[in-house]
This record gives sequence, C-alpha cells and structure tokens, in this order.
Amino acid sequence: MSQALDEVKIGGLGSSRQRVEDARFIRGRGNYIDDLKLPGMLHMEILRSPLAHARIISIDTSAAWAIPGVRLVLTGEMAAQRNLAWMPTLSYDTQAVLATDKVRFQGQEVACVVADDPYIAKDACEAIVVEYEPLPVIVNPIQSLAPDAPLIRDDKEGQTDNVCYRWEVGDKQGTDRAFAQADHISRLKLHYPRSHPSPIECCGSVADYNAATGKLTVYMTTQAPHIIRAAVALVAELPEHMIRIVSPDLGGGFGNKVPVYPGYVCSILGSILTGKPVKWIEDNFGNLISTGFGRDMYLDSELALRKDGKILAVRFHADTDQGAFFSDAQPSKFKIGLVHSAFACYDIPVGHITARGAYTNKAPGGVAYRCSFRVTEAMFFQERMIQAAAADLGMDQAQFRRINLRRADDFPARTPFGFLVDSGQYHKCLQLGLDAIGYEDFKREQAQARSRGRRLGIGISTMTEPLGAGNSREYDILGIKMFDSAELRVHPTGKAILRTGAKTQGQGHETTWAQIVSHELGIPADDVIVEEGDTDTAPFGMGTYASRSTPVAGAAVSMVARKVRAKARKLAAHLLEVSEEDIEWELGRFYVRGAARRGVTIQECAMAAYTNMPDGMEPGLENNAYYDPPNLTWPFACYIATVEVDPETGVWDVLRVVAVDDCGVRINPMIVEGQIMGGLAEAYAMANMQFMTYDADGNMIGANYIDYLLPTAWETPGFELHEVVTPCPHHPIGAKGVGECAAVGGPAAFVNAVMNALEDTGVRNIDMPVLPDRVWQAIQTGRDVSGAPPVRQD
Amino acid sequence: MTDAADEHRITVTVNGEPHAVEVEPRLLLVHLLREGLRLTGTHIGCDTTNCGACTVLYDGTPVKSCTMLAVQADGHEITTVEGLGSLSELDPVQEGFTIEHGLQCGFCTPGMMLTAKALITNNPNPSEEDVRWGLSGNLCRCTGYQNIVKAVLWAAAKQHGHVAETNGQGTTVSGRT
Repeated sequence: MSQALDEVKIGGLGSSRQRVEDARFIRGRGNYIDDLKLPGMLHMEILRSPLAHARIISIDTSAAWAIPGVRLVLTGEMAAQRNLAWMPTLSYDTQAVLATDKVRFQGQEVACVVADDPYIAKDACEAIVVEYEPLPVIVNPIQSLAPDAPLIRDDKEGQTDNVCYRWEVGDKQGTDRAFAQADHISRLKLHYPRSHPSPIECCGSVADYNAATGKLTVYMTTQAPHIIRAAVALVAELPEHMIRIVSPDLGGGFGNKVPVYPGYVCSILGSILTGKPVKWIEDNFGNLISTGFGRDMYLDSELALRKDGKILAVRFHADTDQGAFFSDAQPSKFKIGLVHSAFACYDIPVGHITARGAYTNKAPGGVAYRCSFRVTEAMFFQERMIQAAAADLGMDQAQFRRINLRRADDFPARTPFGFLVDSGQYHKCLQLGLDAIGYEDFKREQAQARSRGRRLGIGISTMTEPLGAGNSREYDILGIKMFDSAELRVHPTGKAILRTGAKTQGQGHETTWAQIVSHELGIPADDVIVEEGDTDTAPFGMGTYASRSTPVAGAAVSMVARKVRAKARKLAAHLLEVSEEDIEWELGRFYVRGAARRGVTIQECAMAAYTNMPDGMEPGLENNAYYDPPNLTWPFACYIATVEVDPETGVWDVLRVVAVDDCGVRINPMIVEGQIMGGLAEAYAMANMQFMTYDADGNMIGANYIDYLLPTAWETPGFELHEVVTPCPHHPIGAKGVGECAAVGGPAAFVNAVMNALEDTGVRNIDMPVLPDRVWQAIQTGRDVSGAPPVRQD
Repeated sequence: MTDAADEHRITVTVNGEPHAVEVEPRLLLVHLLREGLRLTGTHIGCDTTNCGACTVLYDGTPVKSCTMLAVQADGHEITTVEGLGSLSELDPVQEGFTIEHGLQCGFCTPGMMLTAKALITNNPNPSEEDVRWGLSGNLCRCTGYQNIVKAVLWAAAKQHGHVAETNGQGTTVSGRT
C-alpha cells in the first residue's frame, strides 16, 4: 500500500466518531452497580439520624433482629469492635462510619441492616429504636467560628474550636502597598451556595468477601478505584493485593463518587460478618443528605484599581463551610483546593488570600463538583468581582476585561499566587464571543428596552482554569502522587486492548482513548477496545475527576502508544531488512526512506512480534506508561448570556447563551461539545435554581428533587458554541481538560447578566441561585440579597 | 413483611411476552421488572417520581415505574428499553440518540428514550418546544438536553423517512428562547 491513511476516517484525532459505549446503553445493556446480582447476595439499608446534632443515649436493635430475613444489624458499637467506627477522610480528618457518641449532621449514618431483600432491610431499619439527646445546632460558619460557639468535633483530641483549617497564600505587604496607591477600591461579598453534584445514579456497592481465599472484591460506584483500594487497605487493614475494586458503568459522577462513604465500608463489614455478598444501593434521599456536596463558600474581596481601569492588586478572604467532617477530595497541600487560581487570566501583579474552613452541623463533603478543586468558586467570584469593579468605575464590562486580560504574547506567566500559566488567547476568545452575541447591537437594544420599562441584561464571564492535576511535585492525595497511567497490548492480528488508571462516567473514554491510539499508531479506532475501573487489571491511576483524564491519562495513552510504535519500528526494520535509521513512519505504516513503496503496516509489525521477531528480541507488542505532567493544562473560555428580568415578578428568562471554549486540540469534537453543553446546563442550574440549604434546626432543605431543583429540558436554554484552538504546549497531543469549564465559568455569565439588568438599582449582589423572590426583594429594597443559611437565635 | 399467602398472582405482558408471577402487594413495578424479570435496563434514580429514569410504557403511555405497584400492571402491557427495537434492528429513537450524541453516562437514557418514543408516536411532527415540554418529566445531568432534543427530532424525521442531515458534528439547535 502507498496511499496514506485518512486519520478522520479511521477514527483518529478530530473524528466525531460515534460512541462505543452507546451500543450497550441504548439497548438497556449497561452494567451499573444495581444491575449486579451475585449468588446468595444480601441487601443492606442504612438508618440515618433525623437530628443534626445530638448525643446518642441508646440504640435498641432487638425488634429489628426479630424480623425474619434479617441477617445482621450493625451499630457503631459493633463497628468499633473492628476498629471501623471511624475512618480517615481524603483530607486527613476522620469521619464516623456509624455514629458511636453523637450525631453531627442530619442524615448521618447511625446503624444498618443486612437482610434477604431490600424491603425487609428497610422494615428492620424502621424497627430500630434510637434515643437522642438534642444538642445546639450550627448551620452557619460565621456562627460556628464565633468565639463562644459550641464545639462540634469534641471527638478530636486537641480541637478547641470549630476551625477546620487556616490557609494563606500571596504577598500581604506588597498587596497592602498596592492598595495604598489605588485610585479606587472595589469590594464585594458573596456566598456561593451549597450544591450537590447529584448524578441520577446514586452511590452503591456490592462487597464480596471470600473467607476461603481471603480475597475481598468490591464492586462500587467510584471515580477513583485505585485510591479506594489503597484506602480500604488502610481502613480495613486488609492486604492490598487481596483487595479488588471494580467500578462498573457509572450513572454520572461529577465528583460525588470520589470519596469513601460509610455505606461502602458497612457493606464490606457486612460481607465479612455474614460471609455473603452484600449489596448497598443508596436512595436519592441518602445521596443528597449525606454524600459529598460542593461549594458552600463565603467570599469577601477587594480589588485595587487605577482610574484608567488597570487592576493593581487583589485580596480576598474565603470561609468554607465544611460540614461535620473535613472530607474534601482534593490535593493534600491545598486546604481550600485551587481557589488561588482566581484571577489567573488577568495581569495582576500582586495579591493575597486568606482562608478558613469551619465545622458545622451539616453533611460533610466539599467535593470537586464538576470542578478542579474549588476553582468554580474562584472563577465565579473573580467574574462577579470584575463586573462589580467595572460598574464601580463606570466602565464597559468588556472594555474593563480588555484592559486587564493577559495578552497572547505574555506567556508563560506566573500568577501572584504561584501558578505558571503557559498559553492563552484571551482577547481573541473574548472578541469572538462579543461578535457572536452582537455586543454593541445588544447594548443599543438594551437601552431602547430600558426606556420602555423592560430590563434586559448581558453578562460576560472570561476565565482560564488549571485542569489536569497534577504534577507530582505539588499534587497528591493521601501522599499518592497525581500521575496517571495506560497499558496497551497489541494482539497478533493488529487489534488491541487499552487500559488506563482513569474511570469514565459518561465522558466517553472507551471512544476517545481509542482515537488517541489510532492517532499514534494508525490502528483503526474500531480495532481498539478500552477497559477501565478494575484494579486487578488496570494500571495504577488516580481516577477521573477535576477534568484530569485527557490531560493526564490521555497523555499516558499517547506515550504508551509511542513506546509500542518504537518497538514496532524495530520489527519493521527486521521485516524490511534495513537498519532502523532508514525507516520512516507515516500513519499506520513504516517504509524505507527513499523507497516509499517498500513498507510494512503496523498490523504486519504486530504479527511479526509474535511470529517472526529478530533474534534476541523479546516477543510481544505491549507496554505501559506512567505519565507525570509537567504542568496543569490551562483551557480558557468566554461565556456570554443575555437575559430579560421581569421587575414585577423577579423572574428572569435567558435570551441567548454563547460559549467560546479553547480546550486545545479536540480529540472528538462531538464529545467535547457534549461536555461543554452539559457544563453550561449545570451553570444555568446553579445560577437559577439549584441549591441546598438548612433551617436553623439543621434540617436539610434539598434532600429530594422536589426541594432540590434540577433544570429539565423545558427550563434549560439553548446553547451556541464556538471555539478557539490553542494547543497545550506540553501535552503530547496538545489537548487540555474540558469537562468542567462551562460549569466553572458559566454561572457568573448568568448572574452578571441579571445584575447588569439591575445596574441602575444600586444592587451589587444577589446570591445564587438568583431566585425570583430574591430578585424581586432586591428591586423593591435596592439592597443586596444574601443566600446564607440562618444563624440560630437561642 | 408479608406472608406468601398475601402474595397476588398477576399476569403482565412485558415486551410482548406474557409473565404470570406471584408478587407482594407492595412490590413496585420497577422491582418486578428489574429483580423479578431481570430486565435491568430500567433504572432507578430518585424513588420519588421526579427523575424519570424508571420510565416504561404502560399500554403505550409513559409511567414512572418506581411509584407504581406491580399489581397495578396486572393485565396490562409494559414496554421497557429491552423491547424498544431489537438487538440487531434499532428503533429510530435509539438511532437518534446515538447519532446526535444524546447520551453520556447512559443512566437516564432508557427512560428518556421511552418518553420520546411515546411523544413522537402521539405527535409525529413535534416542534423543538414540543420535545422540550414532552421530556420535562425526565432529568439528565450530563447532556444539557440540547442533543437529546436533536435526537428526538431526528427520530421523528426518521419515522417519516426524512433522515435529518445533522450528525452531531458542531451543529446547534436554537433552544427554547
């Protein structure tokens, strides 16, 4: 053959290849956790606390034990006998598995029942009698951090207050000096509400301990199976080689399925104690009330401004509400995640950040909900602050951004908080967005509408964010470095299997990883199957969250394919009877330099690896790669929304949404666009309706889909997508993370649009979600509206 | 807890196949389908009739099988995702979802597709607004709905033999504005 392969036709880079996963999903043949049924399997249900803070006086399980079909009723006391009443979190705190002394949030796990079927297990949970002595409840971190606040974590030795952590970064003195020289100082305070990732599939596990072999297999909904294996080895004190974690098809994750939850641990303990496989399938109430939430951060910031619009310095303070246990899933060096990536796209010389975490009587979590470790709060806050500052200076919001955005020739650039931003075309991206929405036309339309009493608004959000943790120097979880891995085996006929340490939950890895192999080797993507999620077969990796899969595992796929190609080149030289130096590569084929017709395909090389290798060469064609990225990837974006606010009702409707994303080279444009639209929908959700709060007694408002509003197809606006492509300078194929960009950068576009519509009212902020009653209240009073949960008065 | 004596004998036709089964009165239809008949394509999302992941067709009408008792299906016809098309021949709705990238994690997909199937059966020429309204009982957290809407419109066109030219490669629909 001499005709070059068409990369798009074989499903390589840039091909909007249809998804491999779909074949089973559209036929109802997926394999989600609840679909698994093992012989003799029992079912587990959890009894949760109705109170947010209470001492446990007694637990009477006798009536539960008496129900036929009940095999085990497990309490904290019994778990304690196995040293499993408490477990470590991913943030070096401890979390109760089953409460022994007190309950510290509503919905906390108090006991569980293992029975022949889930109906019996539920009946038995209701038969357990728990006597509680109520204690004072705190649901607001400001109250929790006050000097006389009741101590929530009295279980922790040496803990004398409700401070969970303190953290600081930047140059305080330099920042103070810059503020002293400012012409104007803009200030904004806001609360990013508590939200929940809420995948439609809740969490679950099937634990299968084989007493004969000593091997524990746990099928579970996890985004990070290898971290779980290490954690189970430590928590359950089982040898790591006797633990197998299998993450089946996941019905969404969005960060919710990263942590270790008590339900998983109880199902493992249940299997060890009963000698049978034990299945735990969490219900939606349990998922919302107890598992990893996102956000819940209070921000107070100032920008030092020169009168020409140049930002001289930034400082801010962040208080996070961690709930009862500090169980954030984030790199261990960064207590408040990567919140210090705020303002990375702007050329600001100096800044200073302080942060505190607070314990409260609320569910633990702080997971990276479609987010690279609290960058969502950072970027929302950044863009709200930018808009407020532009308004304070009486400057056009687009022009204010133009003055301060880094220019394309400014890179690499070090941010005041230590990040190295390596590339970006922010001005081009902004201009594309402005042109797409018709910025100047809209402003004219807005002015005309205003004169007729209608309130139109336009909101812009420009940002870059750090995706793809880590590099191993700076990023680890529980000490394990944040690299990732891939293993590729090419079979004799040139077909292949690829495994990685990541774990897809809808992102389509089975489709896109094969495309990277195809790009590197010229093997058609249809000839490569991808497997993830089984720790007995997959290479060690850190899993999928924080948009890290393409930046890290995806890079490992490229690197392992290149190793395989290097060996294939030797085989080609052998087959073509020339020296390796005389071999050239084109997609899918080696040939002799200067004699292009003399060549062998990658498939012929694969066959030779098993049938006709040169003397002394190790047989086979497979390899693995562990990839430690030199830096994060820095995708950037511009999101613009236009809205109309009805001043009579406070309802606001979205008119248009324009998204311009630069995520570098797009492996599968169809999948990339799907990710962006999914992120935009979540951005709209957070801005418009989606939040969970608590009343003063610690009752969660938002533990079901009646109170916790998720947008449907009806409310969700349409999206107009555009792209800029700036290849990542260090990624092997120039790709960057993308899954969360729109969810991170999007919310501010919607909120800024509403605030823009209210600009003449004197209102500077309405906390998300920007509910109609909050908008109405703001218009009526001319004052900001806070969404913070109540402070208890007693 | 119920004794075997409390069990009811019912006959339900699922995907064209009649099943005579003994069920507890409180058994939910979704559990009969998933556990009793091992048709696990019907998923359980919220247990509270909100998310629509468990949607099946009940005599052709979409119902949420997590809040319907199995005994209520006695003498009725149920269609689940396993009965939507065959392994070799897909229903236009299934084709549309693949071609327009109307699914990501796949968990809401069976319920979404069955709702869509009933929608385009009852309204063969739906507008985008019709589709958005018709799907508003089914939640999706991955897609942002835009491609689901396109998938349903594609399927409606396919039903008429007018296969849409769009193929999910960078096309956009306008959305509800």
